[in-house]
Amino acid sequence: MAAVRERRSPSRRVLMYVALALFALLFLGPFVIQIATSFKTDPDATNHPLNIVPHPATLESWKRIFGYSTDQPVPFGTWLRNSIIVATSITLLRVFLDSLAGYALARLRFPGRRAVFMLILGTLAVPNVVLLIPRFLVLKELSLYNSYAGMILPIAMDAAGIFLMRGFFMQVPQSIEEAARIDGAGAFRTYWDIALPLVKPGLITLTILSFQGSWNEFSFFLVATSDPKYDTLTTGLAKFSGGSLGSGNQFPVTLGAALLSTIPVAILFFIFQRQIVRSQMSSGVKG
Amino acid sequence: MSRTRSQEDRRQALAGWLFVSPALLGLIVFLVVPIVLALYVSFTNWDGLSNPLGGDVKWVGLHNYQQLLTHDGLTRTTFAGALRNNFWFVLFVVPTQTALALWLAVLVNNKYLRGRGFFRTAFYFPSITSSIAITLVFLFLFQGGGAVNGILNWFGVKGPNWLADPRGVVHVWLSGIGVSKPPGWTRHSVMGQSVWDWFSGPSIAMMVIIILVIWTTAGTFMLMFLAALQNVNEDLYEAGELDGAGGWQRFRYITLPSLRPTLLLVLTLGLIGTWQVFDQIYLTGNNPATRTPAFMSFDQSFQNNHFGIGSAIAFLLFALIMGLTLLQRRLIPEEID
Repeated sequence: MAAVRERRSPSRRVLMYVALALFALLFLGPFVIQIATSFKTDPDATNHPLNIVPHPATLESWKRIFGYSTDQPVPFGTWLRNSIIVATSITLLRVFLDSLAGYALARLRFPGRRAVFMLILGTLAVPNVVLLIPRFLVLKELSLYNSYAGMILPIAMDAAGIFLMRGFFMQVPQSIEEAARIDGAGAFRTYWDIALPLVKPGLITLTILSFQGSWNEFSFFLVATSDPKYDTLTTGLAKFSGGSLGSGNQFPVTLGAALLSTIPVAILFFIFQRQIVRSQMSSGVKG
Repeated sequence: MSRTRSQEDRRQALAGWLFVSPALLGLIVFLVVPIVLALYVSFTNWDGLSNPLGGDVKWVGLHNYQQLLTHDGLTRTTFAGALRNNFWFVLFVVPTQTALALWLAVLVNNKYLRGRGFFRTAFYFPSITSSIAITLVFLFLFQGGGAVNGILNWFGVKGPNWLADPRGVVHVWLSGIGVSKPPGWTRHSVMGQSVWDWFSGPSIAMMVIIILVIWTTAGTFMLMFLAALQNVNEDLYEAGELDGAGGWQRFRYITLPSLRPTLLLVLTLGLIGTWQVFDQIYLTGNNPATRTPAFMSFDQSFQNNHFGIGSAIAFLLFALIMGLTLLQRRLIPEEID
């Protein structure tokens, strides 16, 4: 293998690095422009979109985002609070319910297990877009439309997460649990005290994927609510850019708020980078 | 012994059901029941306001489906336009994102590459951002006087007013070689759109979304290819080397066959994802040049209160995605051999 690489001509290696650098620029460049634009004035952003250095540099859009400006404040605080409430609740519920169900499917023998397994497998095949109207219908019927419960409960469990956890539990040696069971531990104690700590990598993976997914969720929240009180960062930003607040493009404010909404998942990404990369490499959860 | 055994079995059965029932209940209440309900609505004229199961909702049979597929009229023309937009979108996005992801994966899989971690992170980073946040950035970059046209200017190219340009790229290209009027035979109409219109290619406005989606998904798929590449048996490369196989031949006859399951997965996920494109379309506004069936389903239901039509579109889309996925699973293995 080494011999193969060494025979590569230096010019080809240079070419490879040039290609990689060019692509890195293509993949990161838009974020650099986004950061720069958030410190620009509206006219500067419009007239010199490519300039990396704002001229003049201004904190005006950041003041508006954080509510320190009397000039058309952006309800960023409300969006942020809602995103935190909803994404955290969905993540906690998903990790608990998915791991509970995943454990049962991996470890407990019960009549109908195969049928339950097939049903969950079947729900994976339903495209998300098809669910927009159905979920709206049920939220209306259950009087959950325009409520936190209505935003959280319908996506508080997911088939992909159940499968992920089932896979992790199946890798745990059965003998460890049997010892606990002989000592008289019930099924829940065995799951909670013995099995759960052994699948920590799985729990972290599911936590990150769930948080990222629900933090970035848009279409479901769009149909589950109409009251601006329940706007999250995604629905709030989308309505804002649609011109519901103030006039003009207001790109510095929009891009600044979009940047802020990206930061939490970016931080999570950089802390758990290895875990995320490994989980994404083995699953296909985000199409 | 046998008594404790059956006791233990019963306890396990009870625990098993208790453990799966919250998730199961959730999936049934928020997934299975709603789908059945929506299927029912697709045969009615429900307006979204009254109780869908109440008496003032009229059963209209296949009417909604006929409006979309067979009856002459605005609904069918709009639906055909949305199908056409999405078809070209899929045709441009799926092969490109797959090829780009594979190419990037092969590049960053090189053991002797410096800064591998940096490049992997850079290529994957766009995938973690929300589609809304990143679409807003692209709307800014692709304005008429925006950054993209600024860069094109350096090369002496005058870029179009991207998001406002409804012209199809195939039409633009055809007019570039002198075909600016539809030839007679292309005026034949299929589902209320002329053959000429069906072959328009994606609109220039849609190209922005095409570039955006390739850019945000290539990183995710790159990681999946990377995982598969790391499982390729290195002995095979050495054997290939001894047999005198060149770089391209090694890729074609060793790497590609080993990647077949991942390739199939990436193509399937790509197909499923691209036929559902919605968030990005929503942000470009209700624009005929970028409208897709998923957006039309939303628009008909939630903006126009035609939930019957909206649900019918959703189920047609469901059928289309299922059909194409099954078809692809049959076709792909032979193609690669």
